Parts: sequence; C-alpha cells; structure tokens
Amino acid sequence: MIDGLQTWWLMPLVAGLLLAVSAGPLGSFVVWRRMAFFGDTLAHGALLGITFGVLTDLDPTLALVVGSASLALILLPLQLASRLSADTLLGIVSHGTLAIGLVALSLADGIRVDLMGYLFGDLLAINEGHVYWLLGSTAITLTLVLCFWNSLLAVTVSPELARIEGRPVLLLDLMLILLLAMTVALAMKVVGILLISALLIMPPAAAHALSKGPRQMAAIASVVGIVSVLLGMWASFRWDTPAGPSIVVTAMLLFVVSLTFRRKR
Amino acid sequence: MSEEPILRADNLSLTFGQKKVLDQISLDIQPRQIITLIGPNGCGKSTLTKVLLGLVRPDSGKIIRSRQLRIGYMPQNLPLDQRMPLNVDEFLRLTRRSTRAAVDHWLERLNITSLKDQSVHDLSGGEWQRVLLARALLVEPELLVLDEPVQGVDVQGQLELYQLIPQLRDELGCAVLMISHDLHLVMSATDEVICLNGHVCCSGHPETVSADPAYLELFGRRLDDGIAYYTHHHDHEHCDHDHSSPHTNAGHHHD
Repeated sequence: MIDGLQTWWLMPLVAGLLLAVSAGPLGSFVVWRRMAFFGDTLAHGALLGITFGVLTDLDPTLALVVGSASLALILLPLQLASRLSADTLLGIVSHGTLAIGLVALSLADGIRVDLMGYLFGDLLAINEGHVYWLLGSTAITLTLVLCFWNSLLAVTVSPELARIEGRPVLLLDLMLILLLAMTVALAMKVVGILLISALLIMPPAAAHALSKGPRQMAAIASVVGIVSVLLGMWASFRWDTPAGPSIVVTAMLLFVVSLTFRRKR
Repeated sequence: MSEEPILRADNLSLTFGQKKVLDQISLDIQPRQIITLIGPNGCGKSTLTKVLLGLVRPDSGKIIRSRQLRIGYMPQNLPLDQRMPLNVDEFLRLTRRSTRAAVDHWLERLNITSLKDQSVHDLSGGEWQRVLLARALLVEPELLVLDEPVQGVDVQGQLELYQLIPQLRDELGCAVLMISHDLHLVMSATDEVICLNGHVCCSGHPETVSADPAYLELFGRRLDDGIAYYTHHHDHEHCDHDHSSPHTNAGHHHD
C-alpha cells in the first residue's frame, strides 16, 4: 500500500525537480537574451514533433527532442536576424507551427492523442523512461553551462565584443539553443506546451530581485523552480488541481513575493 | 623604410539599399600609429569601423590583417540588459583570457578601482566609457579601436580620455584607431587624420587636414562663428595628394 503510494508520486516529483534545476540557468539566459518568444516557438513546434513520432513509430520522447532540435536549427538564423522583424516572423512561425501541429495530429489516423495532456502537461503520467531522459538532459545542460559559463555569459552580454575577442559566437549560440530545445521538449510532459515559457522565465525573474550577480541569479532561479515544483505539486494533490498549471501559479506567486524584496533594496 | 601595416584595407565598398555607405575606401594602419577617422554623422565612420573589425562584410574590397592581430574595441555604446545583475569586475572578467591581475592593473591605471564592485547599470556615461576602455585594453591589443561615445560623456571627460591615448599607446606599443566627429578634440593626440564622407575626402597630418578645402567644406561652416582653429600656420595648404588615390597615406609618408 505504502509502496504503491510512493511510486505514483515519486516519478513525477523527480521529473519536476530535474526540470526545475536545468530551467534555472537556461531560463536566465532566455531572460537576458530576450528569447522568451523563441522558447514559446520551440514549445509550439514540439507538437509537430509528437505527430512526427506518432507517424514514424519512433520513441515518442526521442521524436519530440529531434523535432524540437530541428526546429531550433531552422529558427537560429531568425533569432540572429534583426530583432524587429524577428519578432513578427517568430510570431508567425510560433502560432503557425502550433496550428499545423494541431491539424496534423487530428489527421494522424486512428490514433487518439491526449491533447490536453500535451497542452497543459500530464505530470502524473510520467514514467521512469521520462525521468531517465530528464536525468540525462539535466546532466548535459548543467555540465555544458558550467563548463562554458564565461563564454556563454560573454556572448550574452555582447556578441560583438565576444566575436572581436575571438570567441566562437555561433557555436555558443547553437549550443544554448539546442540545450533549450531539448529542455523544452522534455518539459512538455511536466507543464505542457502552453506553460513551458512560464517555467523558463518566472524563476529567473523572481531570482533577479534577490541576486547580486549572474551566477547567483541562475542558481537562485533553480531554487525558485524547485520550490515552485514542490509547492505546486503539493497544492495539486491537496486541492486536486492540474499539476502543471499549479506549478506555474506557484512560480508566479513567488515572483510577486520577490517584488517586495526589490522594494526594500 | 615603412614597416608592414598591421591592417590594410583595400578598396572597401558597401551599399545599404540605395545608399552607398562606403565608397572605395583604402587605408593602412601602421604599428604604433594613432589614426583618427573623422566625418559628419552618417558619413560611414561606424560602418567602416565595423568592417575593419570584421563584424560587417563589405560588398567588395578586402582587409588584410597581420596574423592573429589582437584588437581591443571600445564601442560607441553597449546597452546591457537590466535584468542581468552584473558588477564592473564581473563584466571585465568576461574578457577572453583576462586574468585577475590584469583586471586589477587596468582598473588602477584608469582610476576606476572604486567602481569595481558597482553595478554596471548604475554608472555614469563617463564611468561606463572608462570601463569599456578597460575591457578593450584587457585584450592586450595590438590595435586599439575607440569609437566615440554617442551619449552621456561631457567634453571634459572626452578630452581627458584623448589625453590618455598617446600614453596608452606608449605603454602597450599598440596602434590606435579613433573615431570622432570633432577633429579639435582629438587633434593633439593623433598622428594622422582620415576625413570621411562615404569616400575618403582627405587625409594626412591633423594640421594639414584641418586646412584642407575638402575638410573645410564638410566642417568649416560650423566652425567660423568664433571658434578658432587650433593652429593655423599653413594657411589653406591643400592636401598634396590626388583625392582619388586609394591609399590614404599617399600624402603622408612613413619613412
């Protein structure tokens, strides 16, 4: 009885926590580079990845990651292009891919897909397989971000100066975007397509008020993410609310609380 | 004997849409030389700088740099995202291959040690300019490129900075390329001036250029209301080189 209880909440919890840990630093870069919309676009495009997975019989998680990564590669020039036009273009691509994904999914014959689960997350359906994927992606993300921290930060602060100083700007951009694509793809089960950007942006936004340096901000963002997952899941069990949105609501409340800290300083 | 230039630009041209921004521009930068690019707003100074730095590709022409040329660049402005908490020290440590000792050395040399722990978002224009200069110097440049700040730095601050340039050149043994819209601010610091307005209008020694008809054509009218020229020994001595000549130091020999 107790064993049964343990297994049904353990996997979702671990998945949520792993995601929160890697979303901290990645989300900080998203905030600093104003890439929020880009994250959205990747998430929307992930729906196409699911269709791709359904049609090809590939491991669904693998299909998701591959789909998301390909989309990121296609969008990279867009991200690097002038900010103004990129904004509109990303909007078109973002909502376009979401719509195409929904249409394609409905056309994929004979397969019933739990659309709500993809849009808003289905944390409780997470199994051991997902957790291994998240474990791998979190390990890769943390390792690369820590190893290349100075380079990534330098490119974020000023791509121009970084290039003149001889840093491999394109490779670093590519790395960050692929890490983001992987994380977004894996976050889908946890918070859902429509709320992935929230998980990337809210913890760093809340961390901002509390931190004195970029390193600290990324670390605190991870902590805020962890707290959001813990409290959100607890609330979800307590009041029987959907887990993904509950986590995001918690993150938002933490952000609001952080605003009062900013006042004081 | 002229040394090999550390950077040679050969016939650079660049067109944005209909506008010819750079028109067959050639120039040489010799080791330890201080060159100033001047010209009115929109004359292509900043664009030329970006091309020379390798950030913008020209439509035609080429740039030859000495191997592994280390360039330090102080940009006109570097807007930072407010949402990244960053202090001056951390900003400087982002310079590639910078060391703790080097950062401390330049903070001290530029009299900004007191700013070390301050947030980069709270600096005045002049302070931020010095921090950006420190960042450029941390590269241990062979060529230092200084773009004129667009805002927030007063004339006094600019003058102080320009007085520092020849000293820095001597300390580092680097060449310097400065960009300015005002020759008189930089006159005493510079060895050679290139007056730019899409194409190279004239070039040479600062005193020569300040009397050049092409220069006066561009700037003269602004100055005749009471502001004296710094030196005026050579009344209307014209540039003695052909203006279509590709190499700007044609009228200014390095023997």
